[in-house]
Amino acid sequence: MSHDIAILGVGMHPWGKWGRNFTEYGVKAARDALADSGVAWQDIGFVSGAATMRCGYPGYVAGATFAQALGWQGAEVNTSYAACASGSQALAAARSKILSGACEVALVVGADTTPKGFLAPQKGERPDDPDWVRFRLGITNPTYFALYARRRMEMYGDTQDDFARVKVKNAEHGFENPNARYRKKFTADDVAASNMVADPLRLMDICATSDGGAALVVSSLEYARKIGRGDAVKVAAISTVTPTYASAVIEMPDIATDSAAVVEAHSFRAALPVKAYEEAGISPQDVSVAEVYDLSTALELDWMEDLQLCERGQAARLVRDGVTKVGGRLPVNPSGGLACFGEAVPAQAIAQVCELTWQLRGQAGARQVNNAQVGITANQGLFGHGSSVILKR
Amino acid sequence: MSEETNAAAGTKTRQPALEGWFTLNQDQPHLIGNQCNRCGTYYFPRARHFCKNPACDGEQFDDVELSRTGRVWSFTNAEYQPPPPYVAAEPFVPFTIAAVELAKEKMIVLGQVVAGVNPSDLKAGMEMELVLDTLFEDDSAEHITWKWKPVASNHHES
Ligand SMILES: [Zn+2]
Repeated sequence: MSHDIAILGVGMHPWGKWGRNFTEYGVKAARDALADSGVAWQDIGFVSGAATMRCGYPGYVAGATFAQALGWQGAEVNTSYAACASGSQALAAARSKILSGACEVALVVGADTTPKGFLAPQKGERPDDPDWVRFRLGITNPTYFALYARRRMEMYGDTQDDFARVKVKNAEHGFENPNARYRKKFTADDVAASNMVADPLRLMDICATSDGGAALVVSSLEYARKIGRGDAVKVAAISTVTPTYASAVIEMPDIATDSAAVVEAHSFRAALPVKAYEEAGISPQDVSVAEVYDLSTALELDWMEDLQLCERGQAARLVRDGVTKVGGRLPVNPSGGLACFGEAVPAQAIAQVCELTWQLRGQAGARQVNNAQVGITANQGLFGHGSSVILKR
Repeated sequence: MSEETNAAAGTKTRQPALEGWFTLNQDQPHLIGNQCNRCGTYYFPRARHFCKNPACDGEQFDDVELSRTGRVWSFTNAEYQPPPPYVAAEPFVPFTIAAVELAKEKMIVLGQVVAGVNPSDLKAGMEMELVLDTLFEDDSAEHITWKWKPVASNHHES
């Protein structure tokens, strides 16, 4: 039995620091996705929301919040929370409903409003909470990204210039994207001139947090054919697997990895796409374009290898050779990635799917990847959450 | 001996910034972990209640002192002052951080590196040892934590 579903419509609210209620972004994205699909809101049978934890109770029940804002019309609703993978979990919930026959066409929405300034840990003395402990010891989020980046330099000979090349490339891509928050071209000198945050990463190597919203209208293949959209881009796989014990890589917010003294160590990032490739029956060689979670410039290189788009240690060479630029053989983050968007947690995984849909339809304008047939996304968040989604034409 | 030194230096008491995470032997400190008594998996910080090995349903753990030397897996620093609950000195002084792999436990443990060691002084694979050092001071006490320090032999020629 086919696991495929059709993507009939996509929509986004531009990323930024708008400071408005997250519902506004979600509704704008949803209305754009509905208009793009040609499906009437009243025909949607299931609203699948990705939760935000920063916007109070309406954020915890995001699916219902968006449905009410669009006007209650009797659909079923659900809300998913899975950190950075929330959007993919929401898409997976919609796919399950569709493939089980419980609904024909569904709306998937995620949106977030982020607080100004840095995300601060909760107050109080909590020595049992690993997040409290690591901040007490002076270990922040950039610490982890910097450890991964330095590990690449030590193992593969990557340089800070290589990381800057990723930023320069993504800035060029995002310059052409009306939904990106940062639309400015940068040079390697600009990156090198920005302040060091956590050696070897500078301010411009690390992504910000943003407001934004993204939405998808998805349906059964039969429904797509019925409304004359048999040629729609398809979701070929969704992987939201958990890690396998023991962790090979030090993960935020932990102070230590698991012990691999008794059981083998496994890389979570590398495991995420494996299930997606298996489910889609697609191999890494078939991929034409990838949207990956570049929380840092160096992390984009890790993802390229975790997605098996090149051998371990080879990613920087591909960037140097221009392979991952739009116009290259295998563009990575044609949207501009998190470097140009900043992270809007519940919307980000959905935004990745929006971008790949435009790419596979040939509607990406100046950032269009030539003859895109298969696209893959990847992201990873806290507490064993992560996802990888494969789209095909 | 260390208490006498402190008494001579001032009136502040020395107390662990995290209770029960490391031994207080100034010369040969160890991180305190524990080990599942069914499958032998090590834990740091100490496991409670359940073994995380999916093939094990162990619920009993014995405290163990972890290896006090290991090799650098990766390293970085903090050039900006971390937010609370980090307690920063005035003015803030950047510090180096290392991820150190313990061979026997096959585990990577993070920690600050002692003052005076910069990222440019470190390399993957370099041998490091555990020491106790000040994390921060307040009016009443010197709060101590574990830190990593390159073992002397790394700098034999310098
Ligand atoms: Zn066990």
